[in-house]
Amino acid sequence: MTIALDYDYAKPATLAQARKLMAKHKAPRVLAGGTDLVPWLIDGMVEPDILVDIKGIASLGRIRVKGDVVTLGALVTFNDLLESKVIAKRAPMLQDMASKVASTGVRNRATVLGNLCSAVPCCDAGPSLTVFDAQIQLSGPDGDRVVPLDDWFTGPRQTVRKPAEIATAISFTLPPKGSGAAWIKLGRYKGEDLAQASVAVLVKPGNVCKVAFGSVAPRPVRGVKIEQLLDGRPLTDDLIAEAVKLLPECISPITDVRSTREYRMQTMEVMLERGLKAAAARAAGRGPKYGTALI
Amino acid sequence: MKKTITMNLNGDLRSVEVEPGDILLDVLRTRLGIKSPKIGCEKGDCGACTILLNGKVVRSCLILAIEVDGQEVTTVEGIGRNGATRLQKAFVEQNSFQCGFCAPGVVLAATALLDKNPKPSESEVKEALAGNLCRCTGYGPIIDAVMSVAKEN
Repeated sequence: MTIALDYDYAKPATLAQARKLMAKHKAPRVLAGGTDLVPWLIDGMVEPDILVDIKGIASLGRIRVKGDVVTLGALVTFNDLLESKVIAKRAPMLQDMASKVASTGVRNRATVLGNLCSAVPCCDAGPSLTVFDAQIQLSGPDGDRVVPLDDWFTGPRQTVRKPAEIATAISFTLPPKGSGAAWIKLGRYKGEDLAQASVAVLVKPGNVCKVAFGSVAPRPVRGVKIEQLLDGRPLTDDLIAEAVKLLPECISPITDVRSTREYRMQTMEVMLERGLKAAAARAAGRGPKYGTALI
Repeated sequence: MKKTITMNLNGDLRSVEVEPGDILLDVLRTRLGIKSPKIGCEKGDCGACTILLNGKVVRSCLILAIEVDGQEVTTVEGIGRNGATRLQKAFVEQNSFQCGFCAPGVVLAATALLDKNPKPSESEVKEALAGNLCRCTGYGPIIDAVMSVAKEN
């Protein structure tokens, strides 16, 4: 177990220094938690000429709340999400998501934004933050920009981030009171596993529904047609059944080591139904408590 | 690019020269004489390489040695410095381990849990240890030992 590649390492104290280092090198890589990057380096899947360790930039470690907008810095880990009072109170579904990411020893290092940058199709942060209409902040040699999460992923392990850009934060608006959400992750066994399939649902006042899926397409995807169907209508059993019928138009699962295309498609029908029902019930102040297994 | 890093390792300041590609687990075992973290899956799944970094449970197989410059690293060698802890004694009393390969990781994961949450529920214990695989015991005597300490707290 060793990394054969020879590369440089730097741990800048400011974002400006980090940006300069990124711009100066041909193949820079940002290092945050390293839980994906280190195995990729060992396997030779990435070949950076420098690792820019951003853990020296204190401001990136914070969860900031301004009005209803939450900003997670690039160093915020999944366990930070689990310990955040504002997330517990206003977006508990994200804690349900975070609690199912690997194990606590990984969650202490793995960052939420890193999960989005790694961009594997089964990433849990992707669908769960898509329903909050999250946006990613990037900082690069040509300035800063903001990318909606909908436009972030371009394929398996691919995003719109340019090589010299640093993803610095992810932000989203906390849903208003009277909202409910659900996160359902299907795994091969109880315990730490990557998702065979996942669905995130957010129901806001006025029956505004947001739905997104993981592990059932080359990238996390929003259920655009389902959202359009449900838009503003009360979530009756008939309407939910109609929504489930739209699944083949929203997702395109494949067969791989973790599951088959057919199993993913069939199970997602159940997951979507349960997710919509649980989110709607929670929005109405009843329904299963957050943290309750829905599958 | 060689760099000399210094870490607080089990209460001692230790310096070592590393390359940016050196994995912390390897440096601990082969260069610093710390053998309790074990080489298991090397992918962060099994928990055999668990250490405490600034008091938090982490996987030393997923961390570059160069990243812990100026940080605090604790292993079983460190927590048992002044004799076995109450938790370690409980593991012995309950005969919690057989081959012992997972033991250092389990001891550290349970130590970190009890430091943060002295009276965890059984499900909290199971969650905290979910990332430490044991292929001998079926986990029963491990959880019993942690719960016996939790009950006394």
